[in-house]
Amino acid sequence: MTVTGWLTIVLFAAILTALALPLGVYMARVYTGERTFLSPVFAGPERFLYKLLRVDPAHQQDWKAYARSVVLFSLVGWLLLYAILRTQHAFWVPHLLNPMGFHSGTWDVSFNTTSSFMTNTNWQYYSGEVTMSYFSQMLGLTVQNWLSAGVGIAVAVALVRGIVGRSGHSIGNFWQDIVRTVLYVLSPIAVIGALILASQGVIQNFSHYLTAHTLTGLTQEIAMGPVASQEAIKLLGTNGGGFFNTNSAHPFENPTQFTNLVEMLLVLLIPAALIFMYGRMTGRRRQGYAIYATVMMMFLGAAAVAYIAEAHGSPAQHVAGLHTHVIAGSGGGNMEGKEQRFGIAGSALFDVVTTVTSCGAVNSAIESYTGIGGAVPMANLSASEVIFGGVGTGLYSILLYVLLAVFIGGLMVGRTPEWLGKKIEAREVKLAGLGILITPLAALFCTAMATATKAGTASISQAAAGTPQGFSETFYAYLSQANNNGSAFAGYTGYIAPKAGNIGAHGIKFANILGGFDMMLARYAPILFALAVAGALAGKRVSPAGLGTMRTDNPTFVVLLIGVIVIVGALTFFPALLLGPIVQGLTGHLY
Amino acid sequence: MRRDVVTSIIGMVVFTLLLGVVYPFAITGISQVAFPGNANGQKLYLKGRLIGSRIIGQQFATLKMHNGKVVQEKGVPLTEQDPRYFQSRPSATKPPYNAAESSFSNLGPNSTVTERAIAENIKAYLEMERPYLPTLTAAQVPVDAATASASGLDPEISQANARIQAHRIAAVRHLPLSTVDALIANYTSSRGLGFSGEPGVNVLQLNLALDRLTGGTGGTGGGD
Repeated sequence: MTVTGWLTIVLFAAILTALALPLGVYMARVYTGERTFLSPVFAGPERFLYKLLRVDPAHQQDWKAYARSVVLFSLVGWLLLYAILRTQHAFWVPHLLNPMGFHSGTWDVSFNTTSSFMTNTNWQYYSGEVTMSYFSQMLGLTVQNWLSAGVGIAVAVALVRGIVGRSGHSIGNFWQDIVRTVLYVLSPIAVIGALILASQGVIQNFSHYLTAHTLTGLTQEIAMGPVASQEAIKLLGTNGGGFFNTNSAHPFENPTQFTNLVEMLLVLLIPAALIFMYGRMTGRRRQGYAIYATVMMMFLGAAAVAYIAEAHGSPAQHVAGLHTHVIAGSGGGNMEGKEQRFGIAGSALFDVVTTVTSCGAVNSAIESYTGIGGAVPMANLSASEVIFGGVGTGLYSILLYVLLAVFIGGLMVGRTPEWLGKKIEAREVKLAGLGILITPLAALFCTAMATATKAGTASISQAAAGTPQGFSETFYAYLSQANNNGSAFAGYTGYIAPKAGNIGAHGIKFANILGGFDMMLARYAPILFALAVAGALAGKRVSPAGLGTMRTDNPTFVVLLIGVIVIVGALTFFPALLLGPIVQGLTGHLY
Repeated sequence: MRRDVVTSIIGMVVFTLLLGVVYPFAITGISQVAFPGNANGQKLYLKGRLIGSRIIGQQFATLKMHNGKVVQEKGVPLTEQDPRYFQSRPSATKPPYNAAESSFSNLGPNSTVTERAIAENIKAYLEMERPYLPTLTAAQVPVDAATASASGLDPEISQANARIQAHRIAAVRHLPLSTVDALIANYTSSRGLGFSGEPGVNVLQLNLALDRLTGGTGGTGGGD
């Protein structure tokens, strides 16, 4: 460990907070319909889009109408994306956008990929540079990177409206929310982000792959593509699907020490800002600060554990006799599956940033992390996307936890629980409980299925078969897909493509289909429960806080909230975590 | 319901055009004008021939020959490291440094396979460097020299790794060690904003500079 390493973590948190505060204020203005400094630019296009979409933005939706719009919009997107992926080689795809002449992947891997990008998961059984044409990457995957992010944010905003609403049943208008999200929030940051990345060396072109003749006379083929535009939104929308197989470890996706910092900021920017937005929209900023303090503490804890574990090195390294401490000119630590320019701290922090959110991008191989280092992303996932979480999903998930904590706190002091002046009753608590539990249930059920069946174990990588590492791979796969994260213990296989372009490729149907349903169930069920909670709360009367009202903006509540999150996560996942990564972390034994 | 379906379909088409066509083409247009070298992959040419990308690592090796034929294993030609050049990190792609199919090793932390791979890497490194630096021990081998990178295409090695290899380069190329060390310093990247990441030495640029200095394969390397 080095001072610079620790500084990386601390300064990152500081820069993030400084950027997220003003963005949160801005977003609160956007979603309450106030004028912003970008209104002169976007007000015109916004009206034009409403006209094209035949939407009356003044029309207010109750939670059922809102949910119907979300589901239908997602369904149409699913069908379009599946069609695009299945027709990569069709006559209408211009050569410019498929210069390598790639055919389509198999139907099962397309099913998995479509479900994955629809649900903001970006789980990838395929390798981008040997599977996807530029057409599919741009018109298919990039578009869903934007829209799945937009849907998540819209649902979060709708839930906040339900919490603060005083006017009956309306929770906003989905079409207005998605248009505003794309125009006012995502597009300015994505464009600036893409240009910063491109200026630093993330490629952006439509070239045929290059053939280079190296200094020593070998040939090297080099993949190309429109990467920067996809990279920026992949991170900003907490999607995480790499243009290339090795994701943000690839020098063309993440070329320098500086871009690594920019990429991490892009991931956490909106999830952090949404928490401040919540404070603003409730009219009580301290409510936002309390949640921010909660998740920031858990985030810093996770980053510290991952950094310490990786700096310590792996048992395999120690047995092989490789030094792992810092020496002059080398940072030491477990560098298997890590890039020199990111080092241990830059890799461990990136890993935590993308697993607390639903991003799931990676700049290092998580499978090669030490036992404890690998347990950190799993623990992050076990907390069900509440430590910042995905764009929107993070906010609505933690708000469900806040509701549960208020209820538990109310039980403890023996009073009717109240939250921001609204009485919390059986209906909301049941809905929140279901919303919280559906993700762990999906993850554990699928893991059990895949561990118990031959068809499931076929996906485990050869080197890990029959070891705790094999169980970790399986568990991570379904946990990651259920949390709509998308990072992986990448040895776990669902698609075998013997050569570039998908000819002769075959998928492992079990893994593709089970994973696809895992992702969709764990995405849309919580959305529906969150919207139902919004609907239930929207109609409630607000009563002034009394002396006996439990406060939800002080350190006591922060502790209670952390307790609830940890207890729910630990009770659900502790046995599974023990069987995989923790047992490896407790032993120096090789197998 | 019907209204929602119509809006969904129109919305998906409009957003696909806006976000899937206009957005990436606009970013491409701006990037190609403002920073064409970077947007096209920082290509490096030598005597008019493309030799690679500045930020994609490559293998500095020659094909292994036996009786005038290339030695193959399972259809993949074997290579031998070229002692005249600084060597990149081990790579998990097939063949190594295949920039058309990036890959991790995905080897677990407690795996005997990992241990064997690392031990072999240490052995190979010592065999390569010890003749020129007899005091070198296994415990001094820098971590990056014995582990596969994440992308399989890491363009950089650690400074410690470069300084050890410098002894071999100086001897093979008949250069003073101080000259080689100075070159290493020239091609060492620094931390982002002074704190983010680790410094690294760009192997391809360093080797190109060596060739310019001592003739090597000759010519001058240049940007795009």
